[in-house]
Amino acid sequence: MKITREEVQRVALLARLQLSPQEEELLTGQLDKILQYMDKLNQLDTEKVEPLAHVVDIVNAFREDRVVHEPKPDSLLANAPAKEKTFFKVPKIIE
Amino acid sequence: MSLHTSTIRELSEKLKRREISSVELTESVFARISATEERLRSYVTLCRESALGEAQQADERLKNGSDAPPLLGIPIALKDIFLAQGVRTTCASKILGNFVPPYDGTAVKRLKTSGAVIVGKTNMDEFAMGSSTENSAFAVTRNPWNLERVPGGSSGGSAAAVAADQCIAALGTDTGGSIRQPAACCGIVGLKPTYGRVSRFGVIAFASSLDQVGPMTKDVTDCALMLETIAGHDPADSTSVPAPVPAYASHLTGEVKGLRVGIPKEYFIPGIQPEVEQAVKEGIHRLEKAGVELVEVSLPHTEYAVAVYYIIATAEASSNLARYDGMKYGYRAPGKNLTETYLKSRQEGFGPEVKRRIMLGTYALSAGYYDAYYLKAQKARTLIKRDFEEAFKKCDVIITPTAPTTAFKIGEKTEDPLQMYLSDIFTISVNLAGLPGLSLPCGFDSAGLPVGMQIIGKYFDETTMLRAAFAYEQATEWHKKKPKIS
Repeated sequence: MKITREEVQRVALLARLQLSPQEEELLTGQLDKILQYMDKLNQLDTEKVEPLAHVVDIVNAFREDRVVHEPKPDSLLANAPAKEKTFFKVPKIIE
Repeated sequence: MSLHTSTIRELSEKLKRREISSVELTESVFARISATEERLRSYVTLCRESALGEAQQADERLKNGSDAPPLLGIPIALKDIFLAQGVRTTCASKILGNFVPPYDGTAVKRLKTSGAVIVGKTNMDEFAMGSSTENSAFAVTRNPWNLERVPGGSSGGSAAAVAADQCIAALGTDTGGSIRQPAACCGIVGLKPTYGRVSRFGVIAFASSLDQVGPMTKDVTDCALMLETIAGHDPADSTSVPAPVPAYASHLTGEVKGLRVGIPKEYFIPGIQPEVEQAVKEGIHRLEKAGVELVEVSLPHTEYAVAVYYIIATAEASSNLARYDGMKYGYRAPGKNLTETYLKSRQEGFGPEVKRRIMLGTYALSAGYYDAYYLKAQKARTLIKRDFEEAFKKCDVIITPTAPTTAFKIGEKTEDPLQMYLSDIFTISVNLAGLPGLSLPCGFDSAGLPVGMQIIGKYFDETTMLRAAFAYEQATEWHKKKPKIS
C-alpha cells in the first residue's frame, strides 16, 4: 500500500476537506492506485537533471506599481457570503 | 445556408458588405441554441439580452466606419472559466455557483474591444479537471455527433457549441489537452498557444505553469483570426511574453513544400484505436503529397508524461484552490468555528474529482513526500522538454494523434480516474514543455465519430503550425462535415 486511511485523513485535514467515511475509503483505494502508477517515475535517473521551474526564458517581469483598475467596494462585496457595512463578515479567528 | 453554420471569415465579409446585420446573425445563433440546447447542454449561462445589445453596437460600428476587426459582430461563446464582468462565472462548480465577476479577464476584454458578441458561458469539467465534461456540477454536455458520447473535456461545452453551430467560435483553456481533446472529439479546430502567448489574467487558475487560453473554431482560418485577437503581452500576467503577435491569418498560403514534419514513434503505440491511427497516418500522407518532408523523431520520455502531469497539475491545483475558503466570495457552509467553516464549505462546495486532485496534490507537496513526487516530477518535466528541443532540431512541426480514441461513452470512465487520465496521453507533454499545439479533424471512425490530428509547433511559432494545418484543411473536406443532432 502506498497510502493508508490514516494518511488520507491527515492529508484531508491539511487540504481543509471534511471527507465522509465513504469518501475516505474510496479515496484511499483510488489514490493508492494512482500513486502506484506514479512509481513509474522511479525508473528515471534524474540525479543530474535540474527541476524545471518555468518553460519560457523570462527571468523577471517588472512594471510600475500603479493602480490601473480600482473596482468599487460594492462590486467586490457583492459576492461576499456575509457582510456588514463595507466589511466582509467572517467567523471569529482568535478564540 | 443559415447564418449560424458559417465561419468567422465568411460572416465578417458579409457583415462588412452590410449584406447581413450582427443582430440577425445573433438571432440566428440563439434560434439554433433554442432548437438544440435541451439535448446538448453546452451552456451554463446564456446572455441573450446583452448579446443583442452588443450586436446592435457592432452594427453601429459597422455602419459608421472603416474600422472593422475580423471579430466585429461575431457571436462567440466563453468557457465558464473566463471572468466576464457582470456575468455569472461558475467554473462549473457549486463553490462558485453565484459568483459574478467585477471585471473582465484580458482575453475577454480583447474580444469585447474587437466587437465580438458574447453569447454565453459554456459547460466544462469543474475547475477544468476532466476529459469528458462529466465533472460539471450542473449538467453533462453531450457530443453533437452522438448524444450517448462525451464531447471530451474539459472545454467540452465550447467544443459542442462550435460543432453544433450554437456559436460561431468559442474560447477554451488547455492545461493538459482541454482544448485539443474536445476539439478532436467534436470534429472542430482547437489551438493551445505557446505558454505565455495569451494572458491568463482573469482566467480561473487550475495549474498555473500549464494553463493557456486558446480558440476553438470551425476551421483553421478562424483559429488564426481569433488567436490574433486575443494574443499578446499583458502587464497583468507576468508570465505573458512581450513578443510581437504575427498576423497569423495572412500567413495561410496553402504552401508547405519543404516543410519538415516530425513523426514521433512513441505516439503510434498499441492501445490506440486502429481507426484513429489509420486516419492520422492518412492525414500525414496527404501532407506528404502536398510536399512536406517526413522525418522520424523520438520523444523517449513520452511514457512518463501522464505521471509527471498528474503530480505537477494536482500540486499546483491544491495550492490554487486553497483560495476557496468561503470568506470573501463563493459558497460558505455554517460551522461552529473557523476551521469547521473551511472544512464544511470545501466539502460541500467541491465535487469528487476536484477533491481527488486536491488530495493528490496536497499529498505530493506534503512533508516527507515532496522530493519523491513533486521534485521528481519537475526533473522529469525537464527531460520531456529536452525531448522536444532535440526533435525540433530535425523538423519544423510534429504530427501525432490528438487522443488515443474517438469520443467515449458517457459514464464509461467515471469509475476509474486513472483510465480517464490516460485519455490525455498525447496532449499533456505539449503543456509540460509549454509548446503550441493544435487539433484539427482528419476523418471519422466506423461509428461516425470524428478523429483529431495534432500538430505541435516550436516555441512561439504558431504561424508554421497554422500554415501546416491550413494546407491540410485545403486538401480535405472534413471540416465541412456537420453533425446531425438527433
